Amino acid sequence: MTRAVSLLHLLFLILLGASFSARAAMEIQVVGGSAQQIAVAMVPFQAAAGQPEPPLTEIVAADLLRSGQFKLVSTAGTQQPTTPAQVAYGLWRDRGADALLVGQVVALEGGRFEVRFHLLDVVKQTQLAAFSYNVSAGQWRMIAHRIADVVYEKLTGIPGAFGSRIAYVQKQGTRYELRVADADGQNPRTVVRSGEPVISPRFSPDGSRLAYVSFEDKKPIVYVQSLRDGGRRKVAAFKGSNSAPAWSPDGRRLAVVLTRDEASQVYLINADGSGLTRLTRSASIDTEPVFSPDGKSVYFTSDRGGSPQIYRLAATGGDATRVSFSGSYNVSPTVSPDGRFLAYINRDEGRFRVMLHELASGQTRVLTDTTRDESPSFAPNGQAVLYATVEGGRGVLGTVTLDGQTRARLSESGVDAREPAWGR
Amino acid sequence: MNKFLWPALLAMSLTACGTTGQQATVEDRTEPQPTTAATTPSAQSTGVADSQVASSALPADPRKDPASPLAQRSVYFDFDSYVVKDQYRAMLEAHAGYLKSKGDARLILQGNADERGSREYNLALGQKRAEAVRKALVVMGVSNAQLEAISFGEEKPRATGSNESAYAENRRTDLVYGDE
Repeated sequence: MTRAVSLLHLLFLILLGASFSARAAMEIQVVGGSAQQIAVAMVPFQAAAGQPEPPLTEIVAADLLRSGQFKLVSTAGTQQPTTPAQVAYGLWRDRGADALLVGQVVALEGGRFEVRFHLLDVVKQTQLAAFSYNVSAGQWRMIAHRIADVVYEKLTGIPGAFGSRIAYVQKQGTRYELRVADADGQNPRTVVRSGEPVISPRFSPDGSRLAYVSFEDKKPIVYVQSLRDGGRRKVAAFKGSNSAPAWSPDGRRLAVVLTRDEASQVYLINADGSGLTRLTRSASIDTEPVFSPDGKSVYFTSDRGGSPQIYRLAATGGDATRVSFSGSYNVSPTVSPDGRFLAYINRDEGRFRVMLHELASGQTRVLTDTTRDESPSFAPNGQAVLYATVEGGRGVLGTVTLDGQTRARLSESGVDAREPAWGR
Repeated sequence: MNKFLWPALLAMSLTACGTTGQQATVEDRTEPQPTTAATTPSAQSTGVADSQVASSALPADPRKDPASPLAQRSVYFDFDSYVVKDQYRAMLEAHAGYLKSKGDARLILQGNADERGSREYNLALGQKRAEAVRKALVVMGVSNAQLEAISFGEEKPRATGSNESAYAENRRTDLVYGDE
C-alpha cells in the first residue's frame, strides 16, 4: 500500500515536472536603476473570479522595474482604491508617489475579461490615461505589457517597448531551438527545431517574419520564415556560405553575406530570393551588415584595415568609411531606431563588452561589465540594448539601458541562450 | 571499370613522380586546368601515387585507408593566420590527385574558428581558412567545380574547452567528400 502510494506520488511528480518544463520560461533579475526614478504606486486591480495568474499589476511592475526608470511605492496598509473617485490623493502624496495606477478586472461571458485602469497624477490630482480592454485569458500577459507601455509613455514621454518580442536561439545538448518570446522572456514559442546550429535571427521591420541562418543542410543558408503560418523559403543558398541577414527598413530586401565570388562580402537580395546584387567589393572580410533606419546606409564589420572595425557605405554602393576607432576589435553593429547611436561589441584586454557610440559626436561608452558579450540589438523604442553574454559557463540574455545604469538578466536554468534579436 | 582506371592512375603516378611538363599534359585530359598548376612542385607526392596504385588493386576506398594521406582530413592554422602550412602539402597533393582522377568527386572544405568573439565574424574567419585550402587545391590543378569552401565558424567545435589548446584545435579546415 505504501509502495503504491509512493509510486503514484512519483508519477504525479513526474507529470508535474513535465508540465513545468513545457511551460519553462526565463527568469529575470534586475540590477541598478536610474538616478532619477519616477515613483509609481500600483494598487492591485480588483480581481475577477477565475482570472489568470499572476495579477496584472505584478507583470506591469516587473516591466517598469526592468526599465530602471521607476521605483514602486508600497500599497500595503492603506486604502485600496479601484476607481479614481475612491482615491484619497493626500495619502499617496504622503507616501511619495508621483503617479497612481488603479483598476478592475470583470469576468465576461465566454471566459473573457474586461480590464479597466486609470493612471493618475498624484501631485496634480488629474487623470493621465484611462483604458478598457476586452481580453481572453490567453491575452493576459499581453494586456499587462500594454498597460506598462501606457504608463511608461505617459510618465516618460517615450513609447514603451514592453509589448515587443525577442527572438533567440536556445541550445540544450545538441538540440537547437529558435524561439520567439515576449520582451520579458515569457510566452516562448519555438519556431525552428534543429539538430544543427541556428544563428543570426532578425525580425522583419513589421515583425511578421524572421530571417535567420540554419546549418541543417550541412552549410550556412539564409532562410526567411513567416511567423504567422510558419511557411519558409531559402533566400540565399549559393555556393559557399550564406549568412548575416539584415532587413531593409521597408522589409522588401535583405543584406546578406555570401562567399560565392570570394571572401565574405555583403550583397543585397529581395526577400523572395530574387535580384541579387553585390554591395561591397574588397579582398577582405566584409560581414554583419545592418541598414540605417532611413535605408540609405549600411553599417558592417570589415577587417580591411587589418583588424575588424565598423564601416559605413551607401546602400547604393561606393566607398566605405570607417566608423569605429577605439581598440583593435569592434564587431556586430546595430543601429538605434532614431539613427543616432550604434551599439557594437568592443574587445578590450580580452573582454568583449557592449559599446554605445554616438554617431554625431563620435563619443563612445562601454555599457556592460561582463566579459563575453555578443549580438547586441536595440529595443524598438531605442531605450535599451539586448545582448547575449556568458554567466557561469552558460549563455544568458541581458538588457542594459543606454545610460548603462540598469541591467537585467533573462535566463532559464539549464538552458543555453544566445543570438538574441529584439523586434516589434 | 577498374581496367579503365588502371592506366589513368598509372599515368598519374608517373606524372606525379616525373616532370612538370608531363603533368600538365596528363591533367589536360581529365580537367581543364589553370596554367599555374604547372608551377606546383610535386616532389613529395610519390607516396600518394604509391598508395593510389596499391589501393586501386583492392576493392577498398583509398580515402578510408588509414595508411593513405587521403585519410588525413584536417588542416590546422596558427593563431590569426590563414596560411596553409607546408606540412600539409603531401596530404593536399594526395587529395588533389584523387579529385583529378575522379571528375565526379566533390570535396567540401569546412572552415572552423574558435569561440572568441562574434559568431558571424567567426563564420567569416572559418571561411577564410576553408578558402585557403580551396585555393591550395586549385593551384594543385583541381577544378574549382569539384570544390566548395564553406564555414561552420565557431558553431561545431571539435574541442569544447575555453582554453588555448581547444582554440588551436578549432582553428581548422576539414576535408569532407560529397559522398561521405
